[in-house]
Amino acid sequence: MTTLNHPPGSADLPALKARALNLRRTMLHMASGKGEGYIAQGLGIADCLAAIYFHELRYDAANPAWADRDRFVLSTGHYAIAMYAVLAEAGYLEAAELPSYGLNGSRLPMSTFDDIPGVEMVGGSLGHGLGQAVGMAMALKLDGRPSRVFCEFSDGELQEGSTWEATMGAATFKCDNLVALIDCNGIQADGPVTVQIEPVADKFTAFGWDTVEVNGNDMAALVDALAGAREKNGRPKAIVLRTTPGHGVPTLVARDRAHFVRVDNSEWDALKAELESTHG
Amino acid sequence: MAEPLHTGRTRGMGELIDIAGKTTELAPFGTTLAELGRERPEIVGLTADMGRYSDILPFRDAHPTRFFNVGMAEQDLIMIAAGLSKVGKIAYCTTYSVFITRRAYDFVAISCAHSKANVKIFAGMPGLVNGYGATHQATEDLNMMRGIADLTIIDPCDATELKQVVRAVADIPGTVYVRSLRGKVPVELPDSYRFQLGKAQVIHEGGGKVGIISTGYMSARAMDAARLAAEQGIASSVLHVGTIKPFDTAGVIAFAQRFDRLIVAENHKTTGGLNTLVVEALYDAGIMKPLIKVGLADSFFECGSQEYLEAKYGVDLPRMLRAILEGN
Repeated sequence: MTTLNHPPGSADLPALKARALNLRRTMLHMASGKGEGYIAQGLGIADCLAAIYFHELRYDAANPAWADRDRFVLSTGHYAIAMYAVLAEAGYLEAAELPSYGLNGSRLPMSTFDDIPGVEMVGGSLGHGLGQAVGMAMALKLDGRPSRVFCEFSDGELQEGSTWEATMGAATFKCDNLVALIDCNGIQADGPVTVQIEPVADKFTAFGWDTVEVNGNDMAALVDALAGAREKNGRPKAIVLRTTPGHGVPTLVARDRAHFVRVDNSEWDALKAELESTHG
Repeated sequence: MAEPLHTGRTRGMGELIDIAGKTTELAPFGTTLAELGRERPEIVGLTADMGRYSDILPFRDAHPTRFFNVGMAEQDLIMIAAGLSKVGKIAYCTTYSVFITRRAYDFVAISCAHSKANVKIFAGMPGLVNGYGATHQATEDLNMMRGIADLTIIDPCDATELKQVVRAVADIPGTVYVRSLRGKVPVELPDSYRFQLGKAQVIHEGGGKVGIISTGYMSARAMDAARLAAEQGIASSVLHVGTIKPFDTAGVIAFAQRFDRLIVAENHKTTGGLNTLVVEALYDAGIMKPLIKVGLADSFFECGSQEYLEAKYGVDLPRMLRAILEGN
């Protein structure tokens, strides 16, 4: 059985950055011509996904049900565009299928469902991910499995009470095999994050988690933070990611209404060129 | 028998009540789950600070490493149960019906039912079985839960059935919502009774012109009323609908066709629960017969003793008897 990234060796940062660039290329390709969507969040989380899937996570794309796999739980189902991009990059999905993203009848809908290979939960209703991840982590500990659970959720989801119920639960049940990846991109449906949720890192620390805060678009910082989250010390781990929606494509970074961004059909080629020049 | 101290006041939720003339069994849910847990190591038990009041403590005592109290956090209860199930566990979880349904509905729907999570929810104190008022009385839980796709719903009659259901749900794929019975639970059905998922069963065959369709512990009350009515010369039969979803449409129609008039009895509002299901089935089958609804009004209910509340809101034995004898 081919399993990736266990135990993680030293990080190949240029290779990981190349993966992240590929993910962004794929997402722009998937979004092209669709007029609107969650491309900004996808571009923002791309570095984290590259670090997870090509450095830290243990999985076998040929055997998605492998019992000893690490679980990556994407709570923000609307980040589906990024999830499918990384699942294709990792070998779970065929690249040829990706342009069907969001189309009627596609098995790659705009929000994730758990019947897609490599997707661990039904996303879409925010505030569901962390609690399920806690349950998974508890079961893996109960079975004595070495697997870990990585749960991505967003700053907007910190407004859901269920997230804090789960935050307490993770500490109570000593889920040191759980790593929260909190995407603080500063946006939600109606615009900028509207409720006072800061200081995020201090809150998780106060709730009994080992917490670090990093620039979520800095690959070296991501890799270091993930390495620091491996300790089996009885405490869950939180990595607060400060990400920029649209990262890598300055026009999208500057665009209003970044949560569900509008893009004219005529713009895509220019955006793709921007991505290449930014990384060039 | 000593003078009952419990009449005339709201009782403590942990208080165990002897019911006159009934054989009871203590904590059939928890004791059966503890037994089953010995046979099935993949079973885990959870509660949201309602271990004592949901009868799951025998499981905790028998399998302490597989029991988790998540505290007063019903959304977390359901999410954690779903997560446990995704790593191969069968998660039995407990709290009161009101908190599962009203508080954690989205989580039951999406984290569990939509996800086909192997979660078995034993919801305590369903309907009007609690004197703490509307906050603790899940009088619309069937209505709410039947709206969720891919969810199995069971409303057991007594200890005999509940014990069988505890075992049966372990092999029912996906999420199951059970209206659990706690404390000293009456034994009403014969030993020969066998729970069958999705099958309504005639539990009192008295012939006659009156057919009673009932669910939950109201099926036991229906049997009591049918026996008393027979002593007064009015024969009737009782169909117990133990599974609310999937609903046994064919069984209900076949039963209804045998009688001149029908009574539907449930420990639930008459809107959205068994009565609604029966009326829908009969209408679709083109059956139009006199039908009396014995159940709760669309209201919030007050605090008080069980006997007081059942009499006041029209779900007690005299109400059932009147429906059979007088047809109103």
